[in-house]
Amino acid sequence: MTRDEAFQQFLLRMGDNTLILGHRVSEWCGHAPVLEEDIALANTALDLIGQTQMWLGLAGEMGGGKTADDLAFLRDVWDFRNVLLVEVANGDFGRTLMRQFLFDAWHSIMLGRLLTSSDDRVAAIAAKASKEVAYHLERSAETVVGLGDGTEESHTRMQAALDYLWPYVGEMFVSDDIDAQIAAAGIAPNPADLRDEYDALVKRVLAKATLTLPESRFAHKGGRDGRMHTEHLGHLLSQMQWLQRAYPGASW
Amino acid sequence: MYAQMVESEASNDDPEKLAEFQARIDADIKIEPKDWMPQGYRKTLIRQIGQHAHSEIVGQLPEGNWITRAPTLQRKAILLAKVQDEAGHGLYLYCAAETLGVSRDEITEMLLDGRMKYSSIFNYPTLNWADIGAVGWLVDGAAIMNQVPLQRTSYGPYSRAMIRICKEESFHQRQGYDAIRKMAEGTPEQRKMAQDAMNRFWYPSLMMFGPSDKDSVHSAQSMAWKIKINTNDELRQKFVDQTVPQAEYLGLTIPDPDLTWNEERGHYDFSEPDWSEFFDVIKGNGPCNVDRLAARNKAWDDGKWVRDGLLAHARKKQAGNLAAE
Ligand SMILES: [Fe+2]
Ligand SMILES: [Fe+2]
Ligand SMILES: [Fe+2]
Repeated sequence: MTRDEAFQQFLLRMGDNTLILGHRVSEWCGHAPVLEEDIALANTALDLIGQTQMWLGLAGEMGGGKTADDLAFLRDVWDFRNVLLVEVANGDFGRTLMRQFLFDAWHSIMLGRLLTSSDDRVAAIAAKASKEVAYHLERSAETVVGLGDGTEESHTRMQAALDYLWPYVGEMFVSDDIDAQIAAAGIAPNPADLRDEYDALVKRVLAKATLTLPESRFAHKGGRDGRMHTEHLGHLLSQMQWLQRAYPGASW
Repeated sequence: MYAQMVESEASNDDPEKLAEFQARIDADIKIEPKDWMPQGYRKTLIRQIGQHAHSEIVGQLPEGNWITRAPTLQRKAILLAKVQDEAGHGLYLYCAAETLGVSRDEITEMLLDGRMKYSSIFNYPTLNWADIGAVGWLVDGAAIMNQVPLQRTSYGPYSRAMIRICKEESFHQRQGYDAIRKMAEGTPEQRKMAQDAMNRFWYPSLMMFGPSDKDSVHSAQSMAWKIKINTNDELRQKFVDQTVPQAEYLGLTIPDPDLTWNEERGHYDFSEPDWSEFFDVIKGNGPCNVDRLAARNKAWDDGKWVRDGLLAHARKKQAGNLAAE
């Protein structure tokens, strides 16, 4: 794989994560448990979609003059490079917020490293996104603590959410040839190198939330290399891409 | 005009105090939460502000219906930002209602069990993407007609909420117009979507102003209190006069064969909406009433454990802080 191809894959991994998670979070619109959460979830989704425009915009430029919209709306499942964690269904509010926290923790550490990327365009995107994500993490961590250490019911639900989602965490830290190439070029860190910092952060928050970290380190994989997504992604795309697919060539 | 047919409450207060109160209103002095006010003024305002707040909240549903299907990232972002604004409007208005002595939970319960209403417009479905443009252009447009004058309303917190809200609403209207313009200028299928949206949203938009109230005692009282500034017919006419040229520019046909410019009046003549349909919708028989209310009830019921959990945690934290002092 050439360096440009590896770089493009890296950009798709970043942009597909934010696209798919942004979509999932936006599904909550109008259905949240309290008005402040409706506002916060819409705001998070909006930030993630904005970041998608930047990551996929750059990926499109690298990939022969495609637009971010071409990439978002006209690829099929096997071309998506997001981690499985962000495509699983929302479940209850607890699972949605737990997923957000587990992702935000990785995202904020990753973006922190990208601030000093050897590629100026990547560093510029990270500079904007990291401010937004710092806020996402503050909010999701606070909510995980509040619900984990809330009532018996909220505690039980948050523990169930963590148990369900934990096997999807490991994929964020798997390094492959693409990552090695990107790391060697100083564009982004090797994901495996972020794990210790991540574990420390997550343990601190989960302890405050009185939740128990599952012992298993088993990890579902297949999203960030596109080898095998979950069944959920196809349904998500069929909704997201419907208008573009049904009326090809129209401008909206 | 998210408040329709709000009945004013009669007051049997001390006539001297009433006269003083009316004099303040006539002098354009704002009424603030701590000031004395007639019971009727308070109750009518709670009803009106509550109905407006509920409309912002329920209004998230027809628009949210298209967020996951928005055709471009930019349109998705614009729609998300709009729906987020609407939830924010709900929040300001619930806060304004709270200054009148009704808590957000109380007023929410009244929406959920059907004691309080929200605007009839949100009981209509959004069926194609152009509907999102039409909602911004026509629905937010109609809302602005009423809300701009209400920036001058007599109750301070309501007036201030309206000033914040109006800025965002005019933005929504422009974005809605831009979205439907893109469709009207698009492929034949897109033009069909735009015209279909126009056909379905025209009369329900006219209904947003409520039936004629020129002879209504309730409206007369509300106008004397300056919590209603114009009659429903005045606002409807203003809306029609503003919208017809915009529709012409888009090349969309307004579904009213009798629509004509009346040189003498300096206004458009237009057909009244079918008011029996309006009363059906108000009674709960609109195309989406049952689903809208069920969705709000489900969100509230499913969210109970979240609200309880966060509250329990906040109490624990507070107890911990007290113990540490
Ligand atoms: Fe609004
Ligand atoms: Fe609105
Ligand atoms: Fe609006």
